[in-house]
Parts: sequence; C-alpha cells; structure tokens
Amino acid sequence: MDILNALVAILNYVVVPATAYGAQLALGALGVTLIYGILRFSNFAHGDTMAFGTAITILITWALQSAGIGFGPLPTALIALPFGIAATALLVLGTDKIVYSYYRKVRAAPVVLTMVSVGVMFLMNGLTRLLIGVDEIKFADGARFLISAQEFKKATGLAEPLAIRSTQAITVITAAIVVAALFWFLAKTRTGKSMRAFSDNEDLALLSGINPSRVVAMTWIIAAALATIAGTLYGLDKSFKAFNYFQLLLPVFAAAIVGGLGNPLGAIAGGFIIAYSEVAVTYAWKKVAMYLIPGFQPDSLLQLLSTEYKFAVSFTILIIVLLFKPTGLFKGKSV
Amino acid sequence: MIRVENLHKHFGGFHAVDGASLEIATGSITGLIGPNGAGKSTLFNVIAGVHKPTSGTVTMDGEDITGLPPHELFHKGLLRTFQIAHEFPTMTVRENLMMVPGGQTGETLWNAWFQRGRIAEEEAALLKKADEVLDFLTISHLKDERAGNLSGGQKKLLELGRTMMVEAKIVFLDEVGAGVNRTLLNTIGDAIVRLNKERGYTFCVIEHDMDFIGRLCDPVIVMAEGKVLAEGAPDTIMQNEAVIEAYLGRGLKNKVKTGAAQ
Repeated sequence: MDILNALVAILNYVVVPATAYGAQLALGALGVTLIYGILRFSNFAHGDTMAFGTAITILITWALQSAGIGFGPLPTALIALPFGIAATALLVLGTDKIVYSYYRKVRAAPVVLTMVSVGVMFLMNGLTRLLIGVDEIKFADGARFLISAQEFKKATGLAEPLAIRSTQAITVITAAIVVAALFWFLAKTRTGKSMRAFSDNEDLALLSGINPSRVVAMTWIIAAALATIAGTLYGLDKSFKAFNYFQLLLPVFAAAIVGGLGNPLGAIAGGFIIAYSEVAVTYAWKKVAMYLIPGFQPDSLLQLLSTEYKFAVSFTILIIVLLFKPTGLFKGKSV
Repeated sequence: MIRVENLHKHFGGFHAVDGASLEIATGSITGLIGPNGAGKSTLFNVIAGVHKPTSGTVTMDGEDITGLPPHELFHKGLLRTFQIAHEFPTMTVRENLMMVPGGQTGETLWNAWFQRGRIAEEEAALLKKADEVLDFLTISHLKDERAGNLSGGQKKLLELGRTMMVEAKIVFLDEVGAGVNRTLLNTIGDAIVRLNKERGYTFCVIEHDMDFIGRLCDPVIVMAEGKVLAEGAPDTIMQNEAVIEAYLGRGLKNKVKTGAAQ
C-alpha cells in the first residue's frame, strides 16, 4: 500500500504536471527549432510571440464569453485559438516584412538576426502589455478536473490523491495532435519538404523550383501557430502573465538546444527532459521517501532546489549537454 | 544563346572578373578553362545569379537576365551545379529529384491539406520521372538512399539528374569531374553528351581535366585574370601560346617546348 501511495504521489506531483509542462515546452521549442533550422537564427522574440498570441486568444475568449458562447466542458479559449493564431501569423509576417527581410537581403550573419530578434522581442513584449496589461489573468473555464482528488481517493481507498486537471489533459492531447500534424506535414507534403530542403541546403533550394519567400512565410505562419498554441495551453494550465512568457523563453530555448537546434524530434525530447528535470528537482520528496522507507523521518523537505530557482535547472542541463554533446542529443546543427 | 558582355565583378579592390565577354551558343557544350583564380567560378556565379555583377550584362536568347535571383533563372531554364556537389542530405535520392520542379500543387498550405487527389497524381508522375532519370544515370539502385550518404561522384550524377527533372535549356556545370574517379567520370561524360544530343541541352562546363574537356567540349573558352584569353576548338586551344603561358608560366612553357622538340 505504501509503495502504491508513493507511486501515486510521484504521479500526482511529478509525472502529471511535468508531462503537461513538457508538452508546452516542446511546442514552444518546435517553433524555435523551425525558425533556427529554416531561417537560420535564434529567435529570441519567440517567448513574446507566445505571449502575444495568448493575449489575443484571451481577448477573443472574453468576447466569446460575453456573447454567451461556450465550448461545453472544454475551455472557450480553444474556440478563440484559431483567431489568435491568425492574428499572430499576421504580426510575425508583418515583422518579417518590415524587419527580417531586409537582413536576409543583405545576407546578414545569423548573430545579427538574433540581435535584431532581441529588439523585436522588446517591441512585442510592450505591444502585449499595451493590449492586455501586466496582471495575472486566469482564463480557463469549462470542467476543472478530469479526475478529482476526492473521487480518486474514494475510488481507490489510497491515502494519496491523484488529480488530473482538464487543462492538463487538453494540453497533452492538443500537443500530440499538433505534433503529429506537423510531422506529417514536414515529411509528406511538398511545402513541408520544401521547408526541409531549405533547411538542408539553402543554396540548392534557391536553385530548385522552391520559392524562397513562400518557404519563409510558411515557416513564420507555422511558428506563430506553434507559439500561440503553446502559449495558450500554458496559460490555461497555469495562468497568463506577460512577463512569465518572457521568462519562459529560457526553458524553451534550453529544450530546443538540448534536443539539437533545427531538429524537430529533438525539440520534443528536449521539452520533456527540461520539464521533468525542473519538476523533479524542485519537488519535495519527503512524503515519497517516508512511504518508501518505513520509519524514516527526515527533518527537511528533501527538496533539492526551491521553486524560485527552477530556471537554473534548464541552464544546468543546457551547460552539461553543450559541454558533452554540442549539437544536442538528437544531432541538430551546431550552435 | 547566352551572351556575356563586358562583365565586371569586383570584390573590394579585387577584380575577380575584369571585363569578360563571351558567348555560349545554343546546342553547344562549351568548355570554360583557365588557371585557378582566373575568375571562372565567379563568372558562373554572376551568370547564375548568386552574385550581382559590378557592371556588364548577361542576356539569354536576347532577354536581359543580368542579376536575376537564382530561382527566377531556374524558371527560365538556366540551371547550375556546384563545384562541391550540393544535395538535400536528409532526403532520399528520389526525394531530391522530386523536389526540383517548381509550381507543384502541394506548395501552398491550403492545397497541402485539401487537394490530396491532385497532389497524389502529380507525385505519381514525378516519381515515374525521377525513376526514369535514375535509370538514365545508372544509379537506380540508390533511389532510397539518403543523399547525404552518396559518394562525391554519385552526388555529381545526382546534380546532373536534377537538371533532367525540368525542361532545362542551359546547364552550367562547375568542375563536374573534381574528385571523381575515371569510371564515374566517363558515366558523367556520357550522360552530358546524351543530354546534349537527345534533349538539346546546352552545357557550359568548367573543368580542369583536359582529357575530359577535349573529349566533350567544342568550343573551349580560356579565361585568365578575369578576362577571356582565347576561344576555339580544343586542339587549337592547347597549342595556343598565350594559353600555355597562362597555365604553366614562362619557364615551364619553354620546357614543354623543348620536350615537344625532342
């Protein structure tokens, strides 16, 4: 019984939240990795693209809610999501036209584009705050739980609860659908293949029937969609706050780099590695340890790091991976 | 016909191409030779739209194509290969070929999802064409191999194959023989001749292998120091004083002469 209790505790406090968080990071990292692989620069504005997309989605969610439109047990934000994606796609396409296209034309070095994206990041950050403010916003509605703690306890008779929030389930399911669609798209469609070709060998892609401006536009649209979906799922799961998304950039980049920049599969693996490490390192293991070792009464919480330091985890993993495998676990392009 | 008139390409103070004028006649296999640093590759890159010329014009069948970007030249039927063969390494050989033709239905996001039938038809046709090309080049057995795993020579064949996926008018081959073994070089040479005879491709070939040039090309254009030095049939070119001097330098030229006299 104690072992079961320990397992449920791990499931409840580590596996479930880390899986949801990992799916969000993976979607974010996929956007970063696509931009890196195809447009060849690290897009620091990605975190704020997520924030902008989520902000628009929230605004539309509110509009829908006040019009009395809901989505049954599912969050209304899912209906608003396509509009958020469309608005974000327009924003990044506009940014590309005004800003990045010039640097591509003069064939600027990747580091120049990266610095430019830092500027874009601050601009987008300001734009988002202007739109929706700096406060914390909770916009999840619909059913709260897929499995609630009481139900679980009653059904199993265990002392430890297991709760799965519906937003966590939605996150994982949506992420799985999006990832499957993306991989199908990249592997099977002409557009997806053009994008891979562009990533493989830009010179040759230019000398084939591949229209570079279309590939670039497609990359931005997909990155915007991934960013908005990742941001909205994160916001549903936790809450929305413009600055949190700015900070989210760090684990998202760590995930993309750990997996291997430019490698979509790596981005997903990286997302889960970072998420699981963050959650596992900041979780207080005292209770689990007490279940597993009878008579064990630790004085501390058995927490390796307090939650405030969770971003340090991403960086530590990042440094370790870069030291031993500079191209990431899944062999991306070297950083 | 490609006509290059008084073309200059300067990189800072360095005049890589310094007033070159030449013509590539339709239906010919024109060789472009010259010592290293003569400006051959730069000339190629300017014609193929990789670099914009400092001054001068390039026309194709009377149409001004100076400084057009590579993908527009591609649609006009002007194709090129690279000195170091380029491929899409993570795709299979067959996919590499199927990538080439532009304007496919599946190219837009909407069609990719909602025009599956038309795309399937197009892809079936492309697949057939790709397999024919691989047959022609005698590398059918490699069709499902990742292109990144091919040898240097096989990649060069693949590059040639790419030009066969569309209606190419003129193909620029940059050192197609570099680092390729004799047997494979012969295969490449045969393919070039057949494409020229059977499909009417015009070729412009940069090459250092004089046997290869002599076998394939007529006429041969010699470049040195960014200018065209001489032009003519391969055997007359090989006898040309100025050409020998540019290639071998004055001292060696004398040795060659005495060697020939003995």
